[in-house]
Amino acid sequence: MRFEYTIEAGNFTKAGDASSSFKKILKQLNVDPQIIKRIVVSLYEGEVNIVAHANGGKVICDVDTSRVHMQLIDIGPGIPDIAKAMQAGYSTASAKVREMGFGAGMGLQNIKNNADELIIKSEVGVGTQLTIIVNLNKE
Amino acid sequence: MNLKEVATILNAEVVCGHTKLERDVQAVFASDLMSDVLTTDSEKLLLLTGLVNIQTIRTSEMSDIKNIVLVRNKKASPEMIALADENRIVIMQCSYSMYKACGLLFQNGINPVY
Repeated sequence: MRFEYTIEAGNFTKAGDASSSFKKILKQLNVDPQIIKRIVVSLYEGEVNIVAHANGGKVICDVDTSRVHMQLIDIGPGIPDIAKAMQAGYSTASAKVREMGFGAGMGLQNIKNNADELIIKSEVGVGTQLTIIVNLNKE
Repeated sequence: MNLKEVATILNAEVVCGHTKLERDVQAVFASDLMSDVLTTDSEKLLLLTGLVNIQTIRTSEMSDIKNIVLVRNKKASPEMIALADENRIVIMQCSYSMYKACGLLFQNGINPVY
């Protein structure tokens, strides 16, 4: 099953709408609550990143019986140094983003901690693509 | 401890979720930083925060946090209350500082997350 969501740049009122919608679907699919939390926390962190840093983007979530595969694709400035962006505490967030309670440089690390697999591809001046995979079976 | 007792200790006003005050609280996490809140992994958690915007509720929804106390006399907006209601989240408001609210709850036996 595939679910797609459009993410608006800079709209913090709607930041989290996609994650919230996908969470409801996962509940309906009777996915284990602990695994749902890992999926939606990583998705939400990524969604907030698109709202905060990019010029918009989309989220594509594919669900099968064994895993959830999420692609977060944005049009934006890209990440010049992915290794640096992965460092806890490193952030380029604006004052507005920090006012919303984010921008502490913990998002990508938190995604990594919740995902079974995280792949980051980025091109400066083009955009960033995150692939987040969470297995649905605990073993 | 249940939410009714929390409200009494903090002299807090319940703004939504009035029918859920028997809900048990086992631990407290206090932060204005939602990135930190998203790292928590505790059951029956109470969030103390002075951050008042819609992302406070969204973050709680994602983190399965069902109980929020707004400190420093911060007030929940109608949008926050509507989203909290939709997600069965209780919001309380108190005039105490974060430090005082934490101290009182700790003194009354509620554990920290870590």
